[in-house]
Amino acid sequence: METTLKTSKKRTGPVLFSNYQQAYGIKKAIELGRENILLELKDSGLKGRGGAGFSTATKWMLSAAANAEKKFIVCNADEGEPGTFKDRVLLLEYPELVFDGMVIAGFTIGAKIGIVYLRGEYEYMLPLLEGFLNNMKEENLLGKNILEKEGFDFDINIRLGSGAYVCGEETALIESLEGYRGEPRNRPPFPVNTGYLGYPTVVNNVETLASIPHIIYKGGEWFKKNGTDKSKGSKLFSVSGDCGKPGVYELQWGTKINELLEIVEAKNCKAVQVGGASGVCLPKSQFNRSLAYEDAATGGSIIIFDENRNMLKILINFMEFFVEESCGQCTPCRVGNTKLLEGVKNIEKDEYTFSYINKLKELGKTMQAASKCGLGQSSPNSFISILDNFKEEIFYSNSKGIKNVKA
Amino acid sequence: MLVVEKNNLSYEIERMVKEYGSDRQSLLQILQAVQKKYKHISDFAQQEIARMMNIHPVEVYSVISFYSFLSTEPKGRNIVRLCKTIACDMAGKDAVETAVKRELGISFGETTIDQRVSLEYTNCLGMCDEGPAMLINEKVYTHLNPEMAVNILNEIK
Repeated sequence: METTLKTSKKRTGPVLFSNYQQAYGIKKAIELGRENILLELKDSGLKGRGGAGFSTATKWMLSAAANAEKKFIVCNADEGEPGTFKDRVLLLEYPELVFDGMVIAGFTIGAKIGIVYLRGEYEYMLPLLEGFLNNMKEENLLGKNILEKEGFDFDINIRLGSGAYVCGEETALIESLEGYRGEPRNRPPFPVNTGYLGYPTVVNNVETLASIPHIIYKGGEWFKKNGTDKSKGSKLFSVSGDCGKPGVYELQWGTKINELLEIVEAKNCKAVQVGGASGVCLPKSQFNRSLAYEDAATGGSIIIFDENRNMLKILINFMEFFVEESCGQCTPCRVGNTKLLEGVKNIEKDEYTFSYINKLKELGKTMQAASKCGLGQSSPNSFISILDNFKEEIFYSNSKGIKNVKA
Repeated sequence: MLVVEKNNLSYEIERMVKEYGSDRQSLLQILQAVQKKYKHISDFAQQEIARMMNIHPVEVYSVISFYSFLSTEPKGRNIVRLCKTIACDMAGKDAVETAVKRELGISFGETTIDQRVSLEYTNCLGMCDEGPAMLINEKVYTHLNPEMAVNILNEIK
């Protein structure tokens, strides 16, 4: 079946999937003015939804304070983390949220141009999104003097990626936009000061931007009614793997993994990968942990494995992914991931010693510390967590060569 | 390459450079446009792009070699990309993979002799809840089973 446009299912949720009408957020933003928008945003406690969790208000304030002739808003729609597809749903079913969010961001920091960096795999969305942007232009929600507000000019362009996972990293994304290889830069300087073409640039995740119109229209107070102390609001979870109802769910931060498993009708669940391939794999004993920045943090990817899955095979899949997607710029990531993959394959072939495994885990920790960007810093997560949390299955089981029984 | 073809290619690239601009930040868009039209970016095309954008051809090559959707070797008229990431893998990617290989008589990474189809793997397509999934050019097909996948492939020209 060819999937292009979905007939939009009625979705419900506390924040993102609550009622919103296009342009309401923009109108309210004009009423509030720049400073009040920033205060409202700060009050809401919104943090970046891509996974890193940096305060959105701080990011906006830094770039709003920057003195430059040009500024840019970039929407990071390079959703490539295995198991993540919330941005697909937002862009196809709720484009008004994302684009209104960008317009409000532009108004607040004083940017005239917004760029959506859409991953190459999502090229099929292009006609829909461009049509939507044209409608916004006709309704004066984009272009010159938006909603008759003098000097409020903003335009949105869509630029396509070309199949590189690492371009989801904000500085790699900017390199790619500038027409270079998508290799991450050193940070600092951060994009809020030196971003696209050297100008101050706010790079926000699709979901972060989609939260903005709700917060501006309904208030920071309303937004933080959901969630926990340190994780305000709600989160879109992309649930896939062994469960009855895979899909995108909007749940409060702080939801327990157990509760989520019940909602998606997962049975005989052995493990849950929280945060995609670069996240951690949790065993049953940790299903009472909550999904929040302060506990089991995630950009939204939840992959469920039932009793029949072979954890080692899963780990091989993840490590192959990282070996392919590492940009190769820094040695810890380029060589490290290859070594970890080699290690997992050796375990599969039953050719290993425990001191070798320990060396590999140490290597993983070195990669976490020494890699240049988030890719190499987080790629050993699944390696370490799967080998630690599922060692009975991988190393002690009787079907393997090394046994835990004396001869 | 025939001189006429070379001229046509140069003309077309010139048009694209005009459309997107000759600034460095347009390079990726131009490469994507050439890739789409000619199914690869030949040495000659790389040199022409470099000349018109006033950068070194190696710069162009280095960008092409970075992105998995760009290639210097000719691809088939249709590029099929099967997702091999975890969720699609668990949903039955292997069966689809075998069926497609058998039907076309080529392995992944190869192109059929008639230049109709190139088979490739890709990482996560963002269709994890609807796997197994594949892209054919820019269209995405989901909930595949071996038979469906083969039928879809046999329909494309």
